[in-house]
This record gives sequence, C-alpha cells and structure tokens, in this order.
Amino acid sequence: MDNAIPATSLSHQSVTFAEGLPLDCGFHLAPVEVAYRTYGTLSPARDNAIVVCHALTGDQYVADPHPLTGKPGWWSRMVGPGLPIDTDRFFIICCNVLGGCMGTTGPRSLRTLPDGTQEPWGTDFPPITIRDMVRAQKLLVEHLGITRLLAVVGGSMGGMQVLEWAATYPECVFAALPIATSPFHSAQNIAFNEVSRQAIFADPQWHGGRYWECGEIPARGLAVARMMAHITYLSEAALTRKFGRRVRHEPGKGGAGGPGSLFGEMFEVESYLRHQGSTFVRRFDANSYLTITRAMDYFDLGAEHDGDMSHPFAGTRTRFCIVSFSSDWLFPTSQSRLLARALNRVAANVSFVEIESDKGHDAFLLDEPDFDRTIRGFLCGAAEHAGIA
Amino acid sequence: MRLDQRLIAGMIRPRTRVLDVGSGDGALLDYLFRNSGCDARGIEIDMKEVTRSVAHGLPVMHGDADHDLAHYPDNAFDYVVLQRTLQAVERPREVLRQMLRIGRYAIVSFPNFGHWRLRLQLLTSGRMPMTSVWSRPWYDTPNIHPCTILDFLTLCRDEGYGVQQWMAVDEDGERAPWRRSIRLANLFGEQALFLLRRKDGPRS
Repeated sequence: MDNAIPATSLSHQSVTFAEGLPLDCGFHLAPVEVAYRTYGTLSPARDNAIVVCHALTGDQYVADPHPLTGKPGWWSRMVGPGLPIDTDRFFIICCNVLGGCMGTTGPRSLRTLPDGTQEPWGTDFPPITIRDMVRAQKLLVEHLGITRLLAVVGGSMGGMQVLEWAATYPECVFAALPIATSPFHSAQNIAFNEVSRQAIFADPQWHGGRYWECGEIPARGLAVARMMAHITYLSEAALTRKFGRRVRHEPGKGGAGGPGSLFGEMFEVESYLRHQGSTFVRRFDANSYLTITRAMDYFDLGAEHDGDMSHPFAGTRTRFCIVSFSSDWLFPTSQSRLLARALNRVAANVSFVEIESDKGHDAFLLDEPDFDRTIRGFLCGAAEHAGIA
Repeated sequence: MRLDQRLIAGMIRPRTRVLDVGSGDGALLDYLFRNSGCDARGIEIDMKEVTRSVAHGLPVMHGDADHDLAHYPDNAFDYVVLQRTLQAVERPREVLRQMLRIGRYAIVSFPNFGHWRLRLQLLTSGRMPMTSVWSRPWYDTPNIHPCTILDFLTLCRDEGYGVQQWMAVDEDGERAPWRRSIRLANLFGEQALFLLRRKDGPRS
C-alpha cells in the first residue's frame, strides 16, 4: 500500500468566510473556507447559474483534470461546452463539500487551540449534516452575487444536497435535479457506511484519528472501506460483464506464495478493487470519509416532520426532475418513487424518470444516452420557463 | 397532435393547471404550455415516452392512473385529463373519483363499445368483436373495462358528476355529428369525449 501522505499543501480556488457557519449540531464553525471551481460565464442578469453537487468521494473538479490524480474531471462527460450541462449557456459552480479534503474546511483543516498552537481538527471536527454542506454552498453563491440559481444538480450524496437546497432555500432554486438518490439514507446504506468506518477504525495506523502526528495514514483501512463501497456502486451484471471469473496470473504477486498456494492467483475483480482502494487513499482523507459518511447517515428529509417527507416542500415552486437507474440497488428506484410521491402530495412540479441501465449506482457517472438527453432536456425546459433565452 | 386532442385543448381554459394522465408523447402538454400558457404536467406509464417527454423539457413523471393519483392533494389542478385510457385501468370508478378530487374538472375520452359495428359483429359472428379500435383478441387486450356511452352516463349519474360537455368523436378524432341524441351517438360514435365536473362543482 502506498503510504505517501496526500498533498495537503495543494492550492485550490477558494474563499474564506470569517464569520463562519452555525451548524445543525449547535456548534458555530468559524472561519469556513469553501473551495470551488466555476465553468462558463455568469450572465449580466446573473440568472444562468447552476450548482453541481458532488458525491461522497467527489470534489469540485467536475470538468477539469484532478490536481492529484491528473484524471479528467468526474463529470467531464456531462459538464462542458455543448454537453448536457452546457458551459456555453450556463455558469456552473461546484464546491468541495464541508467536511471534505480538497480545500473546503474539514477534519484536515487546521484549528487554533486555546494555547495558540494549530493542529488539524481530526475527529474533533464537529458532526455536520447535508444541510450544513448546503449552507456553506449558499455562502459561496451569495458571495458570487447570485440570488437565484437556475438549477441545482447532483447524484447520490449530491442528490441529497439538491434536496436540501430545494427544502432550505426554495426561493433560490428554480429547478432541482436529484439523481440516483433518496429522501433518507436507508438502514442498508447506513450499514454499508458502518462497515467502511469500522475498517478505518481497525487500522492501527489510524491512531484514534490523530494519524497526522505519526506522519502516517490508515491506508489499509481506508482502502478496504473504498473496496467495499465500490461494490455497492456497481451491479452484478456490471461486474460479470467487466470481469466475469477471469483470473490474472501474476507470478510473485497476490499474497502468499506462488502457483498452487491459496492466493497464488488473483481474480480480475479482486485486482480491480485493490487498484480502486490503493488509488483512493492517495487522494482522500480518512477523517473526511468518517465525517461525510456520518452526514449521509443522518440525512432524512422527514426527520423533523414526523416522517412526512413532503412537509419540507410545502408550497414549493421549484421544478423537480428525479432520475433513478434500474440496476441501482444502493439508491433504488423505489426510493426515488417515494420522493416523487412526497412531492406529488404538495402538488410540486415533478418529472420522474427511471433510466434503463445495468451499470448500477455508478450509471450516473457513465455513458447513458437516455440520461444525457433527460438532463439536457430538463435544463433547457427549465431555462425556457425561467425566461432565459 | 391528434384531432381529438385539439378538441380536448378546446375544453381547457388558458392559464389553468392541467394534469394529463397518460400523456404519451407529450403533444397535448406541449400545446397547452405554448398556446394556452397552462401549467401542464403529465403522468405516463411507458418509460420510453416519459424519457422522450422530459428530454423535450416537459414535466412528466412515470406512473399510472390507478396508483399515482391518490398521492395528489385535493384541488391540485383545474383539469385532469384521461385520454383513451379509462377502459384499460384497473378501477375506472376509483380513477374518476380521484380525478375529480384532485381536479375541478375531469376530461375523459374512451372508445365506445356501443358502436354499431361492434354490436353487429357480436350479433352475427357470436364472437368478441375485433375492429381497428378494439384490435386485440380478448385474451391479450389491455382494455379490461370496456363500456358504452350509455354505461358511462349511468356511472356519472350514480356518482353525481355533472356532464358539462360531451361529444362523439370518430376514429381520426374528428368531432362526429351526433350531438343532439345520446342514443345515436352511442350507436355511431367510435370514441366519446366528456367534460365532467364534480358534484359540488361550479356550473359555468
């Protein structure tokens, strides 16, 4: 496992809000730094802005190369000139979420202790919610001089943020596009997150969350967390198509001993997951992973309303487009349908599409022509209704 | 847009809220938004049509008349439209109740099983009639609740719905001339189109 410490000294485009943010937990977090990227041009009327919200392990580098991995932006097939989220027409904003590790305030950020010294927050970072993430994004949007967003778009945990945007700031969100998401985090998904967290806790190099003191990272635990989570992003059909039962023969690799030993051979799918795990630890902070998965677990639109998920949207004028994928078992269509019906109960303007795909939860990041058409068409329709030429 | 959809559009006042149940390719929604300034939304059971509609910027959700109307609040719409679908739903009476709960008016079109050609076929052949409108054999048809215009009027009377407007329509959707006599319409109309208001609804 590569134990190199991820580059903490990377510089990201960001803005710092000295007054900070009151969090749902009651803590006032200050200052708050929000790292972000923008694409396209803000119109003189400031009416063509779209916020893109990233998922659990995403970041603000939607459409330009990642500064650590050099890989293309995570949604570069969706966001760009002439693409469904068209940077020739729209001004795209994407922030690293609160609690993240790509420049926005999070567990790896430094805090000043009473004795004046500075150290990373680590596991002392206050518990945050999806709504706290959205509040931080709202600070940035206001800072950019934008009062109403044409749309907020996001998949998975990004979709949770979309829903919080529409629930918390309904007058600011003309259109909302929650993708492959749910109005609450299910018991099954909390269970998966818990296994991920236990993998990190079990790594001796985690050092109770103070791993920076030893110059180490809990690479093994974080990699296992990523491997397990990655399985939930795919589907049986996708795994079978990509790997089947193929075996990779690599002499001298794959654990104990050579040919004839128990782990002398490695299935392709094992090799793939190991690769996913080892590349992930180079770019992601373990304490951020703990903080953000916990925020997802707490997400429940109906929690403050006796379980009524429609209540936060009463009287909404936002246009919604809910998209799910047929093979997504992490955020299945049934949960999107619950959301659609909750919005029906308040007579909201809702489109709801299930895209036929065998690619599982990750389908929203992959090539799905019907999905692209849906995003493009919904945003064009929203722009037309909003009176943007 | 089909001709009978033009007749439906003609029943809908501009700038009203409309729910089109079974919106198909979204032609009526598009027309109502562009020409009448309506807040027009759709529910459609065929996912391909849903995707196509949303890709055209139309607000359409996947769902169906039997299961999705119950979730809307009372009076959410001015008009709820059900085109050529009543005969295919599981519970037509409940669907009509829901339509007139969530909408002030219901616009319903359905193929008329009282048409003379169907009567004649059943009389002469002794077998289930097959026509261009009723084109699938009995074991394969989605049309599980066929009715005649007279049957439909009886249901409206039993449920206390006011018939604001009705017309017989031929298969192409052209308005048929049987506007004075329900009995003639029931014999010669291939399709029927009704504008209903609820029991306590306003007459206008």
